[in-house]
Amino acid sequence: MALLAVEGLSKRFGAALALDGLDLELRPGEFLALLGGSGSGKSTLLRLVAGFETPDAGRILLEGRDLAGLPPHARPVGMMFQSYALFPHLSVFDNVAYGLRRERMAAAEIGQRVREALAMVGLEAMAGRKPHQLSGGQRQRVALVRSLVKRPRLLLLDEPLAALDAGLRERTGLELRALQRRIGAGFVMVTHDQAEALALADRIAVLEAGRLAQCGPPAELYERPATRFVARFLGAANVLEGKVGADGVMVAGPCRLALPHGAAPGETLAVALRPERIRLLEGAPPGANGVAGVLRDLAYRGDGWMALVALPDGTELRVALPAGVAPPEPGSHLALGWPAEALVALRA
Amino acid sequence: MRRLLILLPPLAWLLLLVAAPLLIIGLIAFAEAGPGVPPFIPPFGWAGGPVWRGSTESIGTLLGETYYLEAFLRSLLTAFVTAALCLLLAYPMALGIAGARPSWRLPLLLLVLLPFWAGFLPRLGAWIGLLRDGGWANGVLGLAGIGPLRLLYSNLALYLGMVHAYLPFAVLPLATALLRRDRSLEEAAADLGATPFTVFRSVTLPLSLPAAASAFLLVFIPAAGEFVIPELLGPPEAQLVGRVLWGEFFQNRDWPLAAALALAMLVLLLPPILLFQRLGRRG
Amino acid sequence: MRRIGLALGLGFLWAPILLMVLYAFSADRIPFQWGGFSLRWFAALAANERMREAALLSLRIAAGAATLATLLGGLAGWALARFGPFRGRTLLGALASAPLVLPEVVTGLSLLLLFVLAQGAVEAWLGWAPGRGAATILLAHATIGLAYVAVVVQARLAALDPSLEEAAADLGAEPFTIFRTVTLPLIAPSLAAGWLLAFTLSLDDVVVASFVSGPAGTTLPMLVFSALKVGLTPEVNALAALFLALAALFVGAAGLFLARRANGAG
Repeated sequence: MALLAVEGLSKRFGAALALDGLDLELRPGEFLALLGGSGSGKSTLLRLVAGFETPDAGRILLEGRDLAGLPPHARPVGMMFQSYALFPHLSVFDNVAYGLRRERMAAAEIGQRVREALAMVGLEAMAGRKPHQLSGGQRQRVALVRSLVKRPRLLLLDEPLAALDAGLRERTGLELRALQRRIGAGFVMVTHDQAEALALADRIAVLEAGRLAQCGPPAELYERPATRFVARFLGAANVLEGKVGADGVMVAGPCRLALPHGAAPGETLAVALRPERIRLLEGAPPGANGVAGVLRDLAYRGDGWMALVALPDGTELRVALPAGVAPPEPGSHLALGWPAEALVALRA
Repeated sequence: MRRLLILLPPLAWLLLLVAAPLLIIGLIAFAEAGPGVPPFIPPFGWAGGPVWRGSTESIGTLLGETYYLEAFLRSLLTAFVTAALCLLLAYPMALGIAGARPSWRLPLLLLVLLPFWAGFLPRLGAWIGLLRDGGWANGVLGLAGIGPLRLLYSNLALYLGMVHAYLPFAVLPLATALLRRDRSLEEAAADLGATPFTVFRSVTLPLSLPAAASAFLLVFIPAAGEFVIPELLGPPEAQLVGRVLWGEFFQNRDWPLAAALALAMLVLLLPPILLFQRLGRRG
Repeated sequence: MRRIGLALGLGFLWAPILLMVLYAFSADRIPFQWGGFSLRWFAALAANERMREAALLSLRIAAGAATLATLLGGLAGWALARFGPFRGRTLLGALASAPLVLPEVVTGLSLLLLFVLAQGAVEAWLGWAPGRGAATILLAHATIGLAYVAVVVQARLAALDPSLEEAAADLGAEPFTIFRTVTLPLIAPSLAAGWLLAFTLSLDDVVVASFVSGPAGTTLPMLVFSALKVGLTPEVNALAALFLALAALFVGAAGLFLARRANGAG
């Protein structure tokens, strides 16, 4: 049985539709990332599951039980807030103990559970401090163990890494995933950072305007995006649009595209082409799956260059050039080519 | 249900002790003065049905006699001059506090506010001691061969007392606004070639105008109705509205006229009050 | 330039007060003449029976009015900050802020008229009505204090991070437990500040008290006011010195407390 099942969930704020008939499932012990831009409805989904908002339509099932009508304090769901929401008037110990005290647990057991939880993130020595005396990373860890100390089956995390420095973010993210594996709880993490989602999640659900654009393992989403939105949001793919000719070859402006699985003549299509799948060729481009262009601009990215190549019809292709080779001068004429299997037909 | 339990006590209290008294003021302003306790005849009577026994005599007196008109004009002028003087003094003070080292800001702000706790009346007592015949000011002037001058019960004393009492009200909003201002705007202006004075004139000053307007009104509104300071420090002829109302009520026992004066004050002060609240919502 | 302005302003604020405090310790009655160090005015103050009684009455009224104001103002501030748009919100907001902006003479006169009419009604009904005095002053001061507390509490609640209370709910706290363990501790400093503000306003008020009081209630400010009207000051000097010392003591203690909390001893 799914740990969490969301069925046909809709939520409207005034004139704005935050969620529009969303269906989603989370398996036990799974780490799911909710990815989307601002206003995509990802935070609304979290707040609906936690019980801070009431859905207009649809159901939320936790281990098969409908959560409708249950107030937040009665839901066996943990939540970690983007602002951390640590109680400023309570010590680290009292912050972590807060949830256990609400269960009227014996003081000795609370003490032991809190110490264990703090030890898990290396903060035993900070138990007596107030939140404002901690560093950003320490605050983040206190917020995490506070939401975990009641051992919820499901933890909701709202941008858990967004407030950290770039240097700390990657390491903390990996620690977060290691912890999740260890305790085996289901994690739903909201993020707007595609790299974070790709690196940490078992599955990614991409939300666009309150609907599910695509859901699947990171590699699948990256390599086989289903829609224009997913293709552009994850890894900034080139999207080529055109019509399939009588010979089964798609014509998109100056590009002739031979699709890996063929296409029906007359069909109108959009395909995604990743910048790192495009190669620089010596001599003239091939008749299909290749094009000639002029290098317009070049941006150094550490692991190589991102090149902007202008095609004869004025459109531009993003091309990733590997490091270690001197890049061509801007203004030079280039021949580009790509393998047929790099082309992914998009559904929408 | 719980909302009602929270809302009802303060709302009932305010309806009874703020709304009702103001309505009664409006009512008594149209009552006829008469002997007895209380010294007026209620404007509504009951004689087999409701009877109107009111009169517009008090309102007529108010509008007809230049004495009252002058009192209103003098009050507005006094409040305006007080507020302007306070703003003039408060602006450099607020700049000084905002420009001080961070650890100094709170102590300086406290130094501005602490005189409040010396008590309003004792502070006026200090001015009486300073300004009265044989007081400190005349002593110092005497050493310079001047005087003795009649300083107490003069317009000078009135304005010294008013500005002294209301200055902290003007410093506080200005200092808050200047502390919160975005310094990068001034740095940008300096970077674009503006001299320090031009930076102040073209960036700092215009951006602090809403706070300055708030500060001005925060002084003007209570100063217009002030009674105690003109009574204790001002010249006898400084018959401001607050004093006139007090006199009609306590000395002449003309309650309807006092109520009419209060009503007129409300009408006159409503525009600045509404303006002040609009400024407060924007800030 | 800025420093000069600040120094001038502070000098203007403090010079009369410091001179007054200084001359509270002068033996001579004439302000400009230093009659040598003496505590005679403090002794005179302590021996003044009427002054002592008035001070006691004022303190009792101020404490009662501040407590009432904190309770009612806290509720009003809560309703204004938390109930969203509701019918009567504009009315509540306007009524709660009216005492802040009304001239004192208007507040005083309007409340007196209410009390007089209420007395008349009660007398017509029961044949007897309680007189005006400490009780009516307390009601008036509680009303003024309510307005200040409501503003302070509303501002604090509006500035509170809403996710703090959501976090408490998520950790299993019921609404009342959230209020007791999270919201109340976080707004307690504003409630204390509001109480203190209402307390000092009550101790400082002469105009409203003069209107609504009866023959039985003479507060300290009313007594000081009549003393100042005839220009009598040495005892007032001593009184002001006493007030200021108490205020400085309080501010110092509060500063010390805040500094210790910031340094994280507890």
